Amino acid sequence: MSLALSPQEQSIAEGQDGAGMAMRIVAESARLLGAPRLIPIASTHIDGALYHGDSGTLFAERLVEGGAKVAVRSTLNVGALDLMGCSRIRLEEPRRGMARRMMEAYRKLGCEQSWTCAPYQAGHRPALGSDVAWGESNAVVFCNSVLGARTNRYGDFLDIACAIVGRAPDYGLHRPENRLARLVFDVSDLSPSFLASEIAWPVLGSLYGREVGNAIGIVTGVTFHPGEDALKAFGAAAASSGAVGLFHIAGVTPEAPDVETILAGPEPEAVIRVAPDMVAKARAGLSTAAAAKTIDAVAIGSPHLSNAEFDSLERLIAGRRLAVPIYACTGRHALALLELDGRRKRLEASGVVIVADTCVVVTPIMPDLGNGVLMTNSGKFAHYAPGNTGYAVLYASLADCVESAVLGKPVFTEIAA
Amino acid sequence: MSATAEILVPGKAGEGEALVLTAPISFWGGVDPRTGRIADVRHPQHGEVISGRVLFLPGTIGSSSASAVLMELVHNGRAPAALVLHEPDAILLLGLIVAREMGWETPMAVRVDRGAFDAYRGEALTVAADGAITLAV
Repeated sequence: MSLALSPQEQSIAEGQDGAGMAMRIVAESARLLGAPRLIPIASTHIDGALYHGDSGTLFAERLVEGGAKVAVRSTLNVGALDLMGCSRIRLEEPRRGMARRMMEAYRKLGCEQSWTCAPYQAGHRPALGSDVAWGESNAVVFCNSVLGARTNRYGDFLDIACAIVGRAPDYGLHRPENRLARLVFDVSDLSPSFLASEIAWPVLGSLYGREVGNAIGIVTGVTFHPGEDALKAFGAAAASSGAVGLFHIAGVTPEAPDVETILAGPEPEAVIRVAPDMVAKARAGLSTAAAAKTIDAVAIGSPHLSNAEFDSLERLIAGRRLAVPIYACTGRHALALLELDGRRKRLEASGVVIVADTCVVVTPIMPDLGNGVLMTNSGKFAHYAPGNTGYAVLYASLADCVESAVLGKPVFTEIAA
Repeated sequence: MSATAEILVPGKAGEGEALVLTAPISFWGGVDPRTGRIADVRHPQHGEVISGRVLFLPGTIGSSSASAVLMELVHNGRAPAALVLHEPDAILLLGLIVAREMGWETPMAVRVDRGAFDAYRGEALTVAADGAITLAV
């Protein structure tokens, strides 16, 4: 079926202004995807404002010059600079200036200055069943799975184009029939104490992503709600190791009150029974520096830390002085609350480096060591840090990350799956 | 050996040595946008340069910033001579669609059956504006 535009959409596409350019980009993508029409969207989350080179800046400025404005609520993902001035970014001119121009252009297009990869914890929570166009893989998977709003994985440039025209191609996860589960990922053989631990969710997410790829699965055997920060960590890890855009957890996520409701057929196409040794292997696979004697830094906050996660961090540090820095990445929504009661100063006095608006794997922040060792509790940092920062990675719980930062050497507490 | 491929994104006719990738690639983090060199150390064609080549892609993986990297290659004059895919990749090809909107000269993207990729390995090829792929003379 070929794409049919409405007369109004067609007339916008013929324009020589920014809206015309945006409509042509959305329509061309819809044709490539085989979408029959465009559908209205309620909001967007835009990943395109992260600087990868000058062409992206020139594109955003062309839209601004063409008088374009976003037609729906649009939050911004991380940029390449810390505009709050919490951390020092080692991006040199002229790239620094181009990154700043890019962030400024997206502001002029009418986007909210949220600068976070966790917009869903910064007040942007579209309604169950609504159509939206979100970018950033962890935000996409959270939006689909935990909020039950409907989005595909929108690539750079298409996200802002959809925001300007308020429309998106009708295909993929916008269609209810494509949201049904075909695989079962059963964790009932794992111990309750492991499932209640913090490391369970990033490790299971990493395993889930590798096992299911881009298929839709449902997790069974979870007997309690693990909490929103755990689901955030699960989705982020799954979207890094696979191309997961939507998962369900029976009895936990909104489209899966039970298995029967969300399965595409009477029987699943496959059942993955997760055994403790699979979990141990997935956990070991998150580290690339297993034999390290010392560490150079800890990084947490991918996705960005919530205020509840800062509470845990402060409790675990307990006023001690760190031997190596903990880079704590977050958004300005969480920073505002940290500033209110003097907690930011206390954390920084201990040796925590707060990173706002951006994070340590998308822009140069940590020193270039050549053979540094980074500890993290984030499945997503564990995946991207070796390639993007040159640091080898050790994966551990937040409690072990804090103890290791205090001592300057890795400490592990065994938690059997 | 010649075939007419379906045009996915129109662009400038191209000529270059075929580079047939044997594994899917993530453009973000996998291809250096300034040099066109395959930077992913785990990729079988690590170290090859995609600029000026007729690039056969068995699929893309990973970040949705692939479009930004491809557009940056176009802007830096380091794009492949042509892209050959076995299915449309909306995220990657967005880089060409947006570059065309910017008025920059872009290579074509065409579709060929995956099974036909191997026959082109290492050959000097011409991809004409109508999608015809032939050995360069």
